[in-house]
Amino acid sequence: MKYFRLIWKNAWRKKIRTSLTILSVFVAFLLFALLSAIGFAFRGGVDVADAERLVVIDKISLINPIPMSYQNRIASTPGVRAVTHASWFGGFYQEPRNQFGQFPVDPESYFEMYPEFNMPEEQLEAFKRNRTGAVVGQELATQYGWEVGDRIPIQATIWTKADGGRTWEFDLEGIFSTDDPRGSTALMLFQYDYFEEARAFAKGTVGWYILRVADGADPIQVANAIDQQFANSPNETETSTEAAFAQSFMKQFGNIALIVAMILGAVFFTLLLVSGNTMSQSVRERISELAVLKTLGFTDLTVLGIVLSESILIMMIGGLLGLGLGWIIVQGLAQQMAAFLPGIFLSSTAVAGAVGIMFAAGILAGIFPALKAMRLSIIDALARA
Amino acid sequence: MTGPRQIAAVTWLNLRNLPQRVGSSVVAVVGVAAVVLVFAAVLSMAKGFERTMISAGSDDTAIIMRSGSTSELNSGLSNEQTLIIAESPGVLKDGDAAIMSAELYVVVDVKKKFNDSDANVPFRGVQPGAFDVRKNVALISGRMFEPGKNEIIVGRSAQQEFAGLDTGTSIRFGQTDWNIVGAFEANGSVSESELWTDVRVLQSAYRRGNSFQSVRVKLQSEAALDELEAALEADPRINPDVMSEKEYYSGQAAPLSQFIKIIGYPLTILMAIGAVFGALNSMYSSVSVRGKEIATLRALGFGPLSILVSTMIESTILALVGGVLGGAIAYLAFNGFQVSTLNGASFSQVVFDFAVTPDLLVDGLKAALIIGAFGGLFPAIRAARLPVAQALREL
Repeated sequence: MKYFRLIWKNAWRKKIRTSLTILSVFVAFLLFALLSAIGFAFRGGVDVADAERLVVIDKISLINPIPMSYQNRIASTPGVRAVTHASWFGGFYQEPRNQFGQFPVDPESYFEMYPEFNMPEEQLEAFKRNRTGAVVGQELATQYGWEVGDRIPIQATIWTKADGGRTWEFDLEGIFSTDDPRGSTALMLFQYDYFEEARAFAKGTVGWYILRVADGADPIQVANAIDQQFANSPNETETSTEAAFAQSFMKQFGNIALIVAMILGAVFFTLLLVSGNTMSQSVRERISELAVLKTLGFTDLTVLGIVLSESILIMMIGGLLGLGLGWIIVQGLAQQMAAFLPGIFLSSTAVAGAVGIMFAAGILAGIFPALKAMRLSIIDALARA
Repeated sequence: MTGPRQIAAVTWLNLRNLPQRVGSSVVAVVGVAAVVLVFAAVLSMAKGFERTMISAGSDDTAIIMRSGSTSELNSGLSNEQTLIIAESPGVLKDGDAAIMSAELYVVVDVKKKFNDSDANVPFRGVQPGAFDVRKNVALISGRMFEPGKNEIIVGRSAQQEFAGLDTGTSIRFGQTDWNIVGAFEANGSVSESELWTDVRVLQSAYRRGNSFQSVRVKLQSEAALDELEAALEADPRINPDVMSEKEYYSGQAAPLSQFIKIIGYPLTILMAIGAVFGALNSMYSSVSVRGKEIATLRALGFGPLSILVSTMIESTILALVGGVLGGAIAYLAFNGFQVSTLNGASFSQVVFDFAVTPDLLVDGLKAALIIGAFGGLFPAIRAARLPVAQALREL
């Protein structure tokens, strides 16, 4: 880049204007980073879902419990390798606003189903042994400052105990994490056996089943086989892949997410357009200078390259700074919102897309005045001065 | 010329040459318009949602649920308990019978028209008193469901938003077929997102025995709420949460509307900062284009204050134009736009309209003015301080 110094000097010809342009590009890409990270959360872990896992829920609605007796029948369906189950507890910690996912599960089969959750072996063993034990994800442990050995009271909103109590106390036996930065660990797991024994009603049921299909089995066929088995029973089922399940759940939020995305997309491009316009203007003002460059012997293509490099440079400075600050904020936001909107994550696809947009916007802002300058005869251009 | 007349003259001169600076002025206008548009559009969602939820509740209707329930969905009351509530002090009576409705609230999967995906639609079993404890419920088509039959009436919003709920058709949930015999409106409130049937029929279809989830009673007066609450708290056979219906729905609305605001306000501020940069840019370029003009005016004896004020006014007017434009687009594009979303608090769908209210538009314009003022201030100072001799030499 032997012309870098020239480009740099040109870019800072009007310091205030360039700084302001960079700042507005900066804001645009900061917005972009935040939005795509939140959008990622709204897609609801669809990207991290395991295609080999199926979810079986009641056909009428996810909130209807299904009989515990289905477990063996699902397990013996051809093509099913392993089954586990979970239920929705829906309690809160200390205050109603401290809500996060709590699930009564079977410790052994649940952790086999979700190998992406890493927990020290001795903690898992302790969890299995302790009837009132519980484990939480790293995100939750950090948020509430919990340590192994703590006693955690959870207030039930649905499940009163048979003795009429609403407070369920658990001993924290372990903390699990996941290697996948996109996965959320804002959840708490405890023993189904304890839940089943102590709850006042709906005994003998679970919320939903999760199963892993055997190698080589077709997930769609397995899903159909399971649903057919329970057709015309009091609890008909609906089996879907984990991804489809997550997606259908997120679709419930419906057009809202889409509308917000559209509004913000429009805004992002408006900001970009506005800064692009300012950049074009600055090139237009300098057409006579470009003519001087051509007089000095710079070729048309070199002049074009210099002008485009300048506008791309300005976009890149603003854009990368915006993405950078966005990335830092996303880290904080993901921590803050872990329980409320888990899975906020700035994906590398989004970053690559953003860099692509910076590049394209830089070219778009510079190309028309640059082409004009290139085509202009030197005499005409100098005469304009 | 005296101060105010100078200012007026310079401002008028400025505004008349605005068309010559269209390019850079448009940047400021569009930037501000975008801010106001986003502000009004995002917050109109929160407004509309709150309006739908809160208009459902009244102060002289009490709702009673099992203690600790966060919504009707996870509450539970026995038949015996509902009878105790009916006989409690504070409950308004029509002759001997309490004006009340014990209800069951379940969720069924219905497809959204918008994207054909499953949605949790609330399905409520009601007693005849439901139409007395709620004021504004009225049939708009078809007829009432008959007690004891698998018949449904659907809320107007639900009928518009979800597929397969037309009056006169039937729909299957699980193993039961239901005939849709009518549709009702409820003053645009959350009830319009629901399906209603006879509570006895719903109990048997969902194997709920003789249990309910909530009881609504008409109170003798708003103040009777405390009396009712005290009486029920003292009764060992029942462990209730008693609140006014209005309080209940406000609580249900809070998480989602807060979420929208948590996203909406910082976003607006961030965008406003971007717009201030845009406005600064165009005002600086306006000042630099008018450099000679300003210097000439100063040479003719116009004071720096008139230059400063006129530049500020120009920027404010540009921002106001942007603000009005953004507000108008927001109003035309979003006001009354119907959407539905999952309300986490009740785990069921709520259908509501975006409400671009006058106070939102006023707030938007205030934001525009602030942006205009910030965007104009520094360029105005620069214009006022422009060294006259040097600027004239650049002619």
